[in-house]
Amino acid sequence: MMRLPSYRYRAPKTVQDAAAWLAESPGDTMLLAGGTDLIPNMKRRQQVPSTVVGLRGITELSRTDDRDGLEIGAGVTLTSLVHDERVHARYLGLWQAVGQIATPLLRNMGTIGGNICLDTRCTYYDQSFEWRQAINFCMKKDGDTCWVATSSDKCLAVSSTDAAPALIALGATVRLVSATGTREVALTDLYANDGMHYLTRRSDEILTTVTLPKADGWRTTYWKLRRRGSFDFPVAAVAAAARFDGDRIVEARIVLGAVASRPLEVPAAAARLAGQPLTDDLIASVADDAYTLAKPMDNTDFELVWRKKTVRSLVTSALRELRGDDMRAARTKLARHPLLVIS
Amino acid sequence: MTRPRNVIGKPRRRVDGRAKVTGQTKFADDIILPRMLHCKLLRSTVPHAKIVRIDTSKAAAVDGVSLVLTGESFPIPYGILPVSHDEHALCPDVVRFVGDPVAAVVARDEATADRAVRLIEVEYETLRTFASPADSLAYPEPRIHDYGDFGNVHKAVALQFGDVDAAIAGADHVFDDTFFFEGNTHLPIEQHATVATKDPDGKLVVYSSTQTPHYLHRALSKALAIPAAHIRVVATPNGGGFGGKSDPFNHEVVVAHAAMRLDRPVKIALTREEVFYCHRGRHPVLMRFRAGVTNDGRVTGLDLQTLLDGGAYGSYGVASTFYTGALQTVTYDIPTYRFRGCRVFTNKPPCGPKRGHGTPQSRFGQEVQLDKIAEKLVIDPADLRLNIVQPPDSLTANFLRVGTIGLADCITKVVERSGWRDKYRKLPHGRGVGLACSSYLSGAGLPINWNDLPHSGVQLKLDRSGGVTVFCGATEIGQGSDDVLVGIVAEVLGIEPFDVRAVTGDTDLTPVDLGSYSSRVTLMMGNAAIQAAERARELIAEGVSAKLDIPKSRLVFADRRVFDSEDPGKGTSFREAVCMAEAKFGTLGTTGSYTPPKSPAKFKGGGVGPSPTYSYTACVVEVDVDPETGWVTVPRVWIAHDIGCALNPVLVRGQVEGGVYMGIGEALMEEQAFRRLPAKLSHALVHKFPSILEYKSPTFLDMPEVFTDLIEHPDPAGPFGAKEVGQGPLLPIMPAVANAVYDAVGVRIDSIPVTPEKILRALEAKAAGKAPRSGPASFPEIPWPETLHVTPPWAGGDGRADNDPKRPTHRKVDAGIEAKAAGMTKEARS
Repeated sequence: MMRLPSYRYRAPKTVQDAAAWLAESPGDTMLLAGGTDLIPNMKRRQQVPSTVVGLRGITELSRTDDRDGLEIGAGVTLTSLVHDERVHARYLGLWQAVGQIATPLLRNMGTIGGNICLDTRCTYYDQSFEWRQAINFCMKKDGDTCWVATSSDKCLAVSSTDAAPALIALGATVRLVSATGTREVALTDLYANDGMHYLTRRSDEILTTVTLPKADGWRTTYWKLRRRGSFDFPVAAVAAAARFDGDRIVEARIVLGAVASRPLEVPAAAARLAGQPLTDDLIASVADDAYTLAKPMDNTDFELVWRKKTVRSLVTSALRELRGDDMRAARTKLARHPLLVIS
Repeated sequence: MTRPRNVIGKPRRRVDGRAKVTGQTKFADDIILPRMLHCKLLRSTVPHAKIVRIDTSKAAAVDGVSLVLTGESFPIPYGILPVSHDEHALCPDVVRFVGDPVAAVVARDEATADRAVRLIEVEYETLRTFASPADSLAYPEPRIHDYGDFGNVHKAVALQFGDVDAAIAGADHVFDDTFFFEGNTHLPIEQHATVATKDPDGKLVVYSSTQTPHYLHRALSKALAIPAAHIRVVATPNGGGFGGKSDPFNHEVVVAHAAMRLDRPVKIALTREEVFYCHRGRHPVLMRFRAGVTNDGRVTGLDLQTLLDGGAYGSYGVASTFYTGALQTVTYDIPTYRFRGCRVFTNKPPCGPKRGHGTPQSRFGQEVQLDKIAEKLVIDPADLRLNIVQPPDSLTANFLRVGTIGLADCITKVVERSGWRDKYRKLPHGRGVGLACSSYLSGAGLPINWNDLPHSGVQLKLDRSGGVTVFCGATEIGQGSDDVLVGIVAEVLGIEPFDVRAVTGDTDLTPVDLGSYSSRVTLMMGNAAIQAAERARELIAEGVSAKLDIPKSRLVFADRRVFDSEDPGKGTSFREAVCMAEAKFGTLGTTGSYTPPKSPAKFKGGGVGPSPTYSYTACVVEVDVDPETGWVTVPRVWIAHDIGCALNPVLVRGQVEGGVYMGIGEALMEEQAFRRLPAKLSHALVHKFPSILEYKSPTFLDMPEVFTDLIEHPDPAGPFGAKEVGQGPLLPIMPAVANAVYDAVGVRIDSIPVTPEKILRALEAKAAGKAPRSGPASFPEIPWPETLHVTPPWAGGDGRADNDPKRPTHRKVDAGIEAKAAGMTKEARS
């Protein structure tokens, strides 16, 4: 089997201890929650921290609390969220996104915080050390060139989190704790459109909590494109959320997944939707906005030109569903399961 | 003669089922021996290069490392085919693809070996990268191998049966289509693993996840220069093979050498990435089909060209090349036929035999072309095929002897069950159905190493315990061969499968069986088992007859008893019966063996294709296509398979459904694809995604509902009439999917896999008034060798090439007969 490099493992019981240990050497320490991303990456030498701080023993990270909205600990497993009736009832788009992450077995280990911080992905990068050696490495690790676009001075690895687009559409904030303090940021501000430096989290900070505002009057949905009915990262996705007054939209957010190095908000579309009824024409023009903005690259499954085209179709489906159209047949064909009930 | 059967034909739990589902089956990686060491291979990181220098000193200095090996230790080449002994366990001087093994470390544990192997330094002098057949045809130098037909062409063959040009020229319609079938790999769940050890006598023992212990036995003997009699190969149960474990592999030779040298057991377990580099999977094939067709849909002649991307080594490639042209005539009546095939070397993992070996690619082309023919002639594709099914008990234009054919019944069955007549061209836009057929061999008629020895041997041991042990070299790779073996012996002796113990796949303990490839095991091992069991029954019958004074001819073996058919109360238990025979004859043991009938094909290349009998399959696939995105799903498949006789229907249905599963994967998503970096910047040529995450194969959620029917026309060549089922049912799925997509949205996808991108591109082309198609534009000019002309049987041919220089009596081709072929119809020939 593939073998891990050697590293020091530390297992704090409190966030304070974790933050203190992280502060000792933030540059070569990494945080481990479910491990479903980090451990294979370490086996492939994409990440070779000398110290790993395991967060699994910190019980306060595994709590979900009803507050004004919902406070979800970063260590809550994806499976717990899929089985959480509150998530299903109030934040359907998030539930649909989380329920389509990886596989049931991986969701048992994977956490919401881990999915938010998921390393950006690229078929030139998510490879063994020897494979990467065969292409003389890439900019993101051990090399200089971005093979996705050799003239690019920026890494183009793709944001592959399913949860983040849904959470951003819902207006989520996250709490970051370090040895020196705590700060709360809008989730959208956690991301930067850069495949290497895709998080604005400082290396001494721990993401501890995701806070969702109350969802009264909001409808949300998540549409994910991937090759198979399970087991695949998104190659294009859209999270859409809208607050309605009758058939008119008061406020809306549309966030694209897997078409840039960060979850991509479509502000023009949101502005266009405000105050309008969701007509077919309006949906088409919003889909165009999203299509124009999406910049998929040749570094995931499927051809990039086709992926870009599907963005239009995904946004159309999402908005029609928010409008109340019966989209169950289309969703089942795409998702290969109905995503209707708590599994 | 036919009597009621107690075991054969009845659905039952397979004999190895309990061990498998309770986790007790011992796979190669489960073997742990005292003092065992672990091995890791260093693989090339460049696609094509001379090895200038290897420095292993740092690796050798690591604490816990016992041995570091390089190509120097392995001077003798080996390979599966006698004509392609082009592999070394570790590359001595040249590496030919990223993943080619260069060095090995043996250490106290895998982590140490892994750490040490990373410290080996290799200096390469890069050579031109050959990334595609176009590269290999364009540049004869440098040669990837110093053998082969010419330049970087490994093998080019040209065969002609009758005057195909005249036959096509004289036809009412000519169809000329090119197709491409992308390579894909086997993806067995079990990654290859091997444990080698020196037994206390000093002999070599190798446990390996191999489908072909006999061929591994031969290869080890050659590569290590150890007499075969001093090597024992044990094939551990395979966690899936599909053809990917039927070559002798580098890692097997390396650990065998290391174990002998160190006198300690050595294990290697490959990573998934390494399995992608072992490959030997489906060849990417470009094809051109030119067919002459009459107004009523009969094929007058077929001219097929294929171009195979072979990868870096020979493997089974010469056979694979012939297989791309071997079986077209076995399915349909094709009176004149020309086949030209070319396999080139490239700097990629070697291609070889994957389920269907060389035939799925051209099966795809042929079945899609038939769909186009049916469309043009306005004939229902089912009727078109029913009209041209090859007749039973016939000899094809290329001298393949066909026995029973259940193909018409298969077609009729799937047409009925799927509601084809109400669906074809009648479903709403976006939904469609497609039909396709196939045939496959039930075992290759010729062995890999040509000789007159049996292909399968079975021994039976019986004693006073009443227990029966059956020995055979056949290998359980998940297909159920142990169950077939036990079931046959139990049936013949009138006992229960649980009374029989099977010892298989062990070159010390079992007689030779050539291995689990070419769908040969049920037929060949089965016939040998029947012979051995019948001989045992004869001995027991003589013992019982003498002791109980019942005429031998009246004895019945059933219900664990041997009794008088005219007075069933008179008889004895099976155990007592064995005692009577043992008392009479002494220690009891019998043997059986099987050798396939000689093929009437005497021309060069005629060794690929003959089989004792052929299986047939028909299927209807339903697809759902989103016209806006090309997104395609397969909700349902109806499939009927001509199995001859289902020895254990549970196993047969499992194989059919497994074939459908693999076919859906090949049809929709699987691709052994490569990345060539910009040539100005890099020589790199790498497997695009050697991982089970990014190499896409279907999940449960992507699997269609499958409706399976078995058609049973017992074939005299098979045990109890059985034919193969391991490979055939895969073959029609890919073309049926493509045909269904055409029915759904009116575009032809002439390349596999059928992806949403290709569908959308074809839809966009259609909307722009261009050809509604996605597929290769043309077939390249290839310098074919001189064509071997073989007169077909219906024109009086004797199976030899007319222009064969070795032909005993050089006969001039009868121009009159050849001309007749042009306007030949089936009636005219019969």
